[in-house]
Amino acid sequence: MIENLALAETPLVNKHKELSAKLAPFGGWLMPIQYSGIIEEHSWVRKNCGLFDICHMGEFMIQADLAKSNLGNLVTIDLAGMPPGSCRYGFMLNEQAGIIDDLLVYRIAAAEWMFVVNAATTDGDFAHLKKHLTAETTLKNASQSLGKLDLQGPLSADVLEELAGPGIRQLRYYTFAYFELLGEKIIISRTGYTGELGYELYMPNNKIPQLWDKLLSDKRARPIGLGARDTLRLEMGYSLYGQDIDKNITPLEAGLGHFIDWNKEFIGKAALLKQKQNGSSRRMICFVADSRRSPRHNYRIVYKGREAGAVTSGSFSPSLGAGIGMGYVGNEIAIGGQIVLSEGTISINAKVTDKPFYKNGSAKSGEIK
Amino acid sequence: MIIPEDLLYTREHEWAKIDGDRAIMGITDFAQSSLGDITFIDLPKPGAKVEQSKWCATVESVKAASDVYAPLSGEVLKANTELTNHPELVNKSAYETGWFAEIKCSDLGEKNKLMNSAQYKEYVQGLSK
Repeated sequence: MIENLALAETPLVNKHKELSAKLAPFGGWLMPIQYSGIIEEHSWVRKNCGLFDICHMGEFMIQADLAKSNLGNLVTIDLAGMPPGSCRYGFMLNEQAGIIDDLLVYRIAAAEWMFVVNAATTDGDFAHLKKHLTAETTLKNASQSLGKLDLQGPLSADVLEELAGPGIRQLRYYTFAYFELLGEKIIISRTGYTGELGYELYMPNNKIPQLWDKLLSDKRARPIGLGARDTLRLEMGYSLYGQDIDKNITPLEAGLGHFIDWNKEFIGKAALLKQKQNGSSRRMICFVADSRRSPRHNYRIVYKGREAGAVTSGSFSPSLGAGIGMGYVGNEIAIGGQIVLSEGTISINAKVTDKPFYKNGSAKSGEIK
Repeated sequence: MIIPEDLLYTREHEWAKIDGDRAIMGITDFAQSSLGDITFIDLPKPGAKVEQSKWCATVESVKAASDVYAPLSGEVLKANTELTNHPELVNKSAYETGWFAEIKCSDLGEKNKLMNSAQYKEYVQGLSK
């Protein structure tokens, strides 16, 4: 197809074709949407173990001594407070406190960092960092050479242990370490986007196909497409950049204020602080339909007969057997509030709820409570 | 791609099986395969009047909600209520257990506007090029 010509391809595109995946554009990349079927893949990850091609995401390698570099000002995360070997989730904001991107930061050593960013925003993020970082900082875009596979599901430790050794079980939630795999020393973190126990593996692109085959040779692991990745993350209430959050939305409006460290300086802090004090004209709500009907992007949210906002993400939840979604409304609607989601001939009754929608995820299993 | 010979087809990927003045309708194997996992179907209601090529049902998959159009005009006699709790039957068997509704046709002349299996096969092959 002509529109696919400009799309980037991951090192696994031929593997996906061999597996008869449905491929579609996502964030400028030709990506596998599904293999056997979204619901089957979704359930497999909740019960067993799934492997995701996430090579489209961007990685920046940064050398920055926090005493000299202004790196800390570019993210909402308290970089100084991160022990080496830990990961944190947070944001890069613009001066208006709008979200330029959400990202994961890895502290590799005292003055060494990896930023993992969204595919569609990689170039913009890089330009933003380059523009603001002082000369004391070295910034390298490793996205073209570094690939990433996510292994997610309650059996992912069992599967990965065969390749990485028993050390994998020592990894706590949101930490990482170097492991020797296929002759490479690679970063593996205990992180993910599914709510299940899982790992993200950063491997040079040329060895990604070999790692993919090796992990899938274990029959407990199956390939999972972006379709199920989306339903899995939505069941956890995780935001998707470009859909639930963007440069015109602040972390407070998105209900993500707990990822802001207020004890440090960062670009956008003044605007965010002002919003924290004065309040905002919109906030994110989560809702569950009273049927199998799915709310969808841009459906209207109607509360007490009046249009109150719009759906940003919505889907059928395989785990709940009901439609779920999230979106922004102008005024507070309390948990339990009844709303209607509508579009054309479709009208769905739903109830405002808290997140996550799915509460039995294994992500933090084995953690000391 | 399954395209039974004894059915008639629309360009919107519905099928009809005509028996006397009655027709059973549903969506084709191509349609269910394109939609992926079907999660909900808003079925035509018994007693409702439907009109050829006009909206008569909505089918929802994980990915999208799609309109379904009546292949023939008439009155809905029966809907396949099994699909209410088991919409996945359409994925498993689009032409048998996954049927949508039975219609009492008001104008059988309308079937000239539908494609036979050979025509539909050619049409679908053209789409996937």
